[in-house]
Amino acid sequence: MTTRVSVVEDIMSANDRLAADVRAQLAASKVFALNVMASPGAGKTSLITRMVEALRDELRIGAVDGDIATTIDADRVAALGVPAVQINTGGACHLDAAMLQSALPKLPLDNLDLLIIENVGNLICPATFDLGAHRSVLIASVPEGDDKPYKYPVMYRGVDALVLNKTDVLGAFDFDVDYFRKGVEPLNPGLAFFPLSCKTGKGLEEWLNWLRREVREYVSGSPG
Amino acid sequence: MHELSITENILKIALRYAEQANAKRITRLNLVVGELSGIVGESVQFYWEMIAKDTIAAGAELCFERVPASLRCLSCEHVFPMDGKSHACPECGESRVVAAGGDDFRLESIEIDQ
Repeated sequence: MTTRVSVVEDIMSANDRLAADVRAQLAASKVFALNVMASPGAGKTSLITRMVEALRDELRIGAVDGDIATTIDADRVAALGVPAVQINTGGACHLDAAMLQSALPKLPLDNLDLLIIENVGNLICPATFDLGAHRSVLIASVPEGDDKPYKYPVMYRGVDALVLNKTDVLGAFDFDVDYFRKGVEPLNPGLAFFPLSCKTGKGLEEWLNWLRREVREYVSGSPG
Repeated sequence: MHELSITENILKIALRYAEQANAKRITRLNLVVGELSGIVGESVQFYWEMIAKDTIAAGAELCFERVPASLRCLSCEHVFPMDGKSHACPECGESRVVAAGGDDFRLESIEIDQ
């Protein structure tokens, strides 16, 4: 006899439980984690380099780099003198909470304030996996085009901040910032938006101030 | 690629509920997949056959109820599908709209032989 059994369970629940564990582990060491997502070439490593250079005298920073293979990105960040751990996903297109959890023991968590997580360059799947970070940022860039929020809406849904990088080349591309933002707004109303250029440094300070404030609020609000 | 780990999750959840119900066999899984969930049903189907084959869920049919990505106009309340080009309301032209559906990704029910 065939019977129907009601389940109604979110399929991401296993990952979400692990993400909650990661968040608790970070809270125990008072570490604020930022998940950085973008398509390949948008400037994840460049922005992370800028963040480390600007903030390393005021915050103790660590980094996790997710990549399909190679340690190029982790090496670039480690060269700045901060602890950096590479996660090679072995072909997987995103980081998940289990991969981040396995990287945490390799970091001196008790001596960190800010953990920057560089996700795999991809505009599709990283959005689906909660890592246990406290905030997430999506980096879009001018050469990618202004239609990305329309084509990849999922990525824009869950993030806490949006950086538009490479604004120094706005004049060379048909990038309509207004059209771009109109695409984002319905997906994520009121999303914090930071147009900047990692190359010239223009607009960077506004982004850094947002991050400083988020870290400060987290540290003052976290239990223990 | 990430549908492999997701498909494993689906199997785990289904087996847990099947065991609780003393099932001999799982014959069908009813899944709800929103267009904004980032999940490709065809990939899940592909991995499913591979990972379910030595379990009581072997040969079970996967049924996907797809929920389209939709937007709701904040001015006239009109709900309309996301078309990948414009997010403005096709009824009144308003650009203040919010996402109104398509995030879902869940296992709704399973059908079992007891």
